[in-house]
Amino acid sequence: MESKVRKKSVIELIVRNIFRVFLILLFLFPVGILFWVSVKTPKDISNNLLGWPTQWNLSENYSKAVEKMDFVVGIRNSLIVTIISTVCLCVFSSMAAWVLVRRKSKISTFIFMLFSVSMLIPFQCVMIPLLKLWGKRGISGMDFFGYNFNFLSHTGLILAYIGFGSAMSILLYHGFIKGIPVELEEAAAIDGCSNVGIFFKIVFPLLGPITTTVAIINIMWIWNDYLLPKQMIGGTRSYWTLPLQTYSFFGSFTVDWGVAAAALLLIMAPVIIFYLVAQKKIVKGVVDGAVK
Amino acid sequence: MKRSKIIYWLFLAPCLICFLGFVIIPTIMGFYYSLTDWNGIRDSYDFVGFKNYKTAIDEEQFWYSFGYTALFTFCSVILINGIGFLLALLVTRKFKLANAMRGVFFMPNLVGGLLLGYTWKMIFTKVFPATGLPILGNWLTDNKTGFAGLLILMVWQMSGYMMIIYIAGIQNIPDSVLEAASLDGASGLKKMFKITIPMVAQSFTIGLFMVLSNSFKLFDQNLSLTAGGPNHTNEMLALNIYNTAYASSKFGPAQAKAVIFFLCIAVISVIQLTITKRAEVEA
Repeated sequence: MESKVRKKSVIELIVRNIFRVFLILLFLFPVGILFWVSVKTPKDISNNLLGWPTQWNLSENYSKAVEKMDFVVGIRNSLIVTIISTVCLCVFSSMAAWVLVRRKSKISTFIFMLFSVSMLIPFQCVMIPLLKLWGKRGISGMDFFGYNFNFLSHTGLILAYIGFGSAMSILLYHGFIKGIPVELEEAAAIDGCSNVGIFFKIVFPLLGPITTTVAIINIMWIWNDYLLPKQMIGGTRSYWTLPLQTYSFFGSFTVDWGVAAAALLLIMAPVIIFYLVAQKKIVKGVVDGAVK
Repeated sequence: MKRSKIIYWLFLAPCLICFLGFVIIPTIMGFYYSLTDWNGIRDSYDFVGFKNYKTAIDEEQFWYSFGYTALFTFCSVILINGIGFLLALLVTRKFKLANAMRGVFFMPNLVGGLLLGYTWKMIFTKVFPATGLPILGNWLTDNKTGFAGLLILMVWQMSGYMMIIYIAGIQNIPDSVLEAASLDGASGLKKMFKITIPMVAQSFTIGLFMVLSNSFKLFDQNLSLTAGGPNHTNEMLALNIYNTAYASSKFGPAQAKAVIFFLCIAVISVIQLTITKRAEVEA
């Protein structure tokens, strides 16, 4: 009797573990197959896609992908835009949230409401006017006392990210700052600390946990974003970020899937490495942002 | 002006200026353009009232995309939440692989929509036919299998995300409640339907609306997987608006569609807010 029960539980354990491993493999399958295709020659891809490669074509596919996609330029542009936008968003939106929480007035409530409601606006709603306002026929084409600012550049794109990202970031900071007792700031004010000093020396260091969340949400969003850069810098190839490179790459080189798969893996790599390094913080950040 | 007031506006200025310049002013301009015959290039345009809205509403493809998007949203809400919940149940048991599984299931969520779309495009157009199985042909050649393909992509991407949200809900259930139920002789299934599911109800509301708004606004994945093709039969709303503007150069009707799109999202969000508020009061 006893051995029967044990036998059953052993079989159950094996079945369960097989099922678990199967699920893991199912989720890893797309990335795995990308790698499998990326080591093959075009001939193998058309005749022998799933089988063992007759000839390994790994280094050629990857070097072709790097070259055709301008991978180095793309990753540099993506890093510039993502890092600067995220840093600006963390600093500026925590500043804004702080004054909105600490100075209670009708105007504060109104501004906070405006930020919150704006999150409903879909990008399709602003995509056409955005280009009209900031493009060559708008502000970028104007003369300011002899100077001409081109906003269809990384600067313009970063300013746009601050604009589009501040609502979510301010909302997160706002909720967090409400929970910080004001006494600490009052004590510092009595000691003669200026407002700016109070914020940067006392308040900002306290915001650590929420700053991580805000940073992660913005990094994930900006790194992968396609439409906003398409509108702002789509016209100048040397400014392109990775998503723009990806789109153009697949518009012209779809035939050679070996190179394409290598390109996809190369673009995924930074995100996957980032995830492996900071998994816990990323999961927490993404979920905190979603729940609020 | 008092010093503190200067500080107030100075601290608000960077966010507020960018926000007004890139979000609020373009939105207002957008509402206005939807009422004019602006064609995207000319500098002059005239006020035409609701003509663009009529053009948009009369267009058959717009309603097709609307229906397609609605059906897709419905299916993805049910599938992604269902699978996410099952995955959460699976990994909240204690076993060696549990943490690794969480990590793997969540990973696709971080990869950008374009990359996901192209990856699955390769799977559907190259890997599926290569298996030689009759049902696994090229799935992107018509709207039924194309629909299923996009659904599979979204399930792969988002169910891990929902899993994390349900894990939080499941872990909030006190062990004592489940133990008490076991002592009273409740079976596994009974515990599931009488305890676990009611106690994660709030997570369901969050998950439901998150998938809802994500699927309704879906763009990148749609663009890269099929680009709406063949012949616009897999074109969702957001892509339809984009194509109306940039493929057909009908900027007025595109802007009118965008405003309709915005109103739909606003209605969904108001419903969401009412439901969440009510749930909070009850809890």
